Amino acid sequence: MPDMRLLIIEDDREASSYLCKAFREAGHVADTADDGLDGYALAREGTYDVLVVDRMLPKLDGLSLIRSLREQGVETPVLILSALGQVDDRVKGLKAGGDDYLPKPYAFSELMARIEVLARRRGGGSSAEATSYRVGDLELDRLSHRVTRAGQEIPLQPREFRLLEYLMRHAGQVVTRTMLLEHVWDYHFDPQTNVIDVHVSRLRAKVDKGFERPMIHTVRGAGYMVRAGGEA
Amino acid sequence: MPAAQDGVLARLGTLFRTTAFKLSLAYLLVFAAFAFFALGYVAWNARRVLDDQIVSTIEAEINGLSDQYASGGLRRLVGVVERRAREPGASLYLVTTPAGEHVVGNVEALPPGTLAQPGQVETAYARSTDNDRLDHRAIVRIFTLPGGFRLLVGRDVEERDRLRAVIGRAFAWSLMLVVGLGFLGSWFIAQRVLKRVDHMTEITRSIMAGDLDGRLTLAGTGDELDRLASNLNAMLDRIGELMRGMREVSDNIAHDLKTPLTRLRNKADAALREGSDPDALRAALEANIEESDNLIRVFNALLMIARLEAGNAREGLAEFDAGAVALEVAELYEAVAEERGVALEAQIQDGLVLHGSRELIGQAMANLIDNALKYGAAAAEPVVRVAARREDGDIVLSVADRGEGIPEAERGRVLERFVRLETARTRPGFGLGLSLVNAVARLHQGTFTLEDNAPGLRAVLRLPAPRDQAPKEIAA
Repeated sequence: MPDMRLLIIEDDREASSYLCKAFREAGHVADTADDGLDGYALAREGTYDVLVVDRMLPKLDGLSLIRSLREQGVETPVLILSALGQVDDRVKGLKAGGDDYLPKPYAFSELMARIEVLARRRGGGSSAEATSYRVGDLELDRLSHRVTRAGQEIPLQPREFRLLEYLMRHAGQVVTRTMLLEHVWDYHFDPQTNVIDVHVSRLRAKVDKGFERPMIHTVRGAGYMVRAGGEA
Repeated sequence: MPAAQDGVLARLGTLFRTTAFKLSLAYLLVFAAFAFFALGYVAWNARRVLDDQIVSTIEAEINGLSDQYASGGLRRLVGVVERRAREPGASLYLVTTPAGEHVVGNVEALPPGTLAQPGQVETAYARSTDNDRLDHRAIVRIFTLPGGFRLLVGRDVEERDRLRAVIGRAFAWSLMLVVGLGFLGSWFIAQRVLKRVDHMTEITRSIMAGDLDGRLTLAGTGDELDRLASNLNAMLDRIGELMRGMREVSDNIAHDLKTPLTRLRNKADAALREGSDPDALRAALEANIEESDNLIRVFNALLMIARLEAGNAREGLAEFDAGAVALEVAELYEAVAEERGVALEAQIQDGLVLHGSRELIGQAMANLIDNALKYGAAAAEPVVRVAARREDGDIVLSVADRGEGIPEAERGRVLERFVRLETARTRPGFGLGLSLVNAVARLHQGTFTLEDNAPGLRAVLRLPAPRDQAPKEIAA
C-alpha cells in the first residue's frame, strides 16, 4: 500500500528517527512526536492512516492518549509499541482502544506488515466482512467452507482453511509468522521452531501443486503473501 | 546539661508518638467522658429527688396551715406560725403585713421584691437569729392572704447543696485518678512496645546495612508484634531466596550469553575481512540479524521467567479449557512432528477447566512438545504422547517421549535457568524452556516434574483445578 501517512509517537529519538527514515524509504509520509501531548494534538488534527504509539511517553502515557483519542471520536488505527510484552499488557493496550500490539524489540518487516494491514482495514473495511475471497483463479467461500482453484475443489483441514482465509483476506500484503500464530491459532507466544512454516508449506502443497503460477509466496525475512502471478 | 535534656525530650517525643500511647490516650478520653456523664447523671438525679422531697414537705406544711387559717383566721395562723418557727429543725415561715412588715416567722430578710410574686421560687434568705446577710438558700412558696397579708412557707436547701458539693469533690478526685492512672498506664505500655520496636528497628537497620542473614527475635508471646516479626522474617527469607536466584541468573547470563555474542562478533569480523562481495556481506548481515533475534528471544524468555516468578502476571487470569489448549498446541506441532517422522498422539479429556493464563499454559505445552520432538525424534520408537486428564482433583498435562530421557540425578537441575545437559549441547537452545514451564507451574500454584518414561522422559504439569466440576471421560 503506497503513500501512507504515518504518525510516530515515541520519546526515544533514535528509535523514532530510525522508523521515520525507514518509512520514508518505503515511500510513505511519516511525522514524529516526542511526547504524549504533542502526539495527541497531531493525531487529533492530522489525517493519518496509522498511528504508531509507544506505551511509555512523557507528559501523557500511550494508553491514556489512545483512550482520549477514541473519546474524541478519532478512529485512526493505532499500533502500540511496548517494551512490556506480557499477555496482560497486550490486553490492556487493546482495551484502551489500540488495534494491534507489538512488543519491543521488533523486526521492521513485522512492524511494516502490521501497519499495512491496519491501513488497509481503514481504507476499505469491506474486505473483512466479505463472505468470499478471490485471488486470481483461487476462490474461498467462507460460508460453505469451500476452496476451489480453477473451478477444481481443494479439500482443506479446518485449520488450513483458516490459514488460507487469513492469507487471502490480506492478499497482496505481507503476513508475518507471528501474525498467523496470533490470528489463526490465537496464541501470542514464541513458538521457537518453524511450526508456522511447516503449516504454510503443507497448505502450499495443496493449493499450488500442479499449477504453473504459485499463489502463496514467501517474502524473505518477513513472512508470506498471497497474490496472483509472479515467481514463487 | 542541655544535651542530655534534649535526649530525654527526644525520647519522650518518640514515646508520645507511639501508636500504643495514642491508643491508650484515646481510650482514656472515652472512659473519662463516660465517667463524667455517669456521675453527672447521678448528681442530677439526687438533686431532683431531694427537691421533690422538699416540695412535698412544704406542701404538707401548707395544708396544715391552711386548716388552721380556715378554722381560726389570721390570728390563729399567726399563733401557729409563731410556735412552729421556734421548734428545732423547723421549716421556714413568714407572715407580713400588706406593706411587707414582719409580723411573725423565722425569716429575717429576703431579697427585695420576693414577696410581691406569689408562687414557688428558690431564693436566698437570712435567718431571724442571724444577722442580715442573705447567706442561706431555700425553696419557698408565697401566698397572698385575704386582706393583703402575705404568708411564706419554705425549706432550707443547705443539705441538698452539701450533697452536691460531696458529689462534685468525688467527681474531681475520680477524674484526676482516672487521668493520672490512665496516663501512667499508657506510658508504661508505650514504653514496653517502644522497647521491642526499637529492638526490631535496630536489627532491621543492621540488615539494611548488609547483614542479610540477620533475623528478628521473637518474644514468644504470639502477639501482634511477634506475628509481624515472624512475617518480616519470612519476607527476608523470600527476599534472600530471590536475591540468590537473581545472582545466579546474572552470573549465568554473563556466562552463557558471552558465547553467542562472541559468535556474532566473529561472524561480522570474518565477513568484513574476507571480501567485498555484496552478496556475501548481505548474507553475513542476515545471519547476524538472525543471531541477534535469537539473543533477543533469550532475553524475552528471561524477562518472562523473572516476571512469572515475581508473581506479576496474576492479573488477567481467567477460566479456560486446559485440554483444548493441549490439543491446539499439539495440533500446531503436528505438522513439524510429521516432517521429522515422529508420531504425535494426543489423549485429551473433556472439560478440564483451569483458572489461569491460557497463553502461558499454551507456551508451556509448546516448550514441552518442542523438547520432546527435539529429543524423541531419533529414538527407536519415535512417538510423542500429549495427555491431559483429571487426577485427584488436579489437572495433569503431560508430554512423553521415547528418547534418551534425563538421568534421575539431573532432573531437578535442568529446571534451573541456562542448565543444559552435555547431550543437549550440540542442539539448538539456551536451556530456558523448562525453567519457563516451571515458572508457569508455580504461577498456577501447581508443580512441574520430570519422570522416567522407561525409556524416555515424561514431563508432567500438575495444576490445581477449581473445585466444582465433575470429570467427563472422553478420549480424543
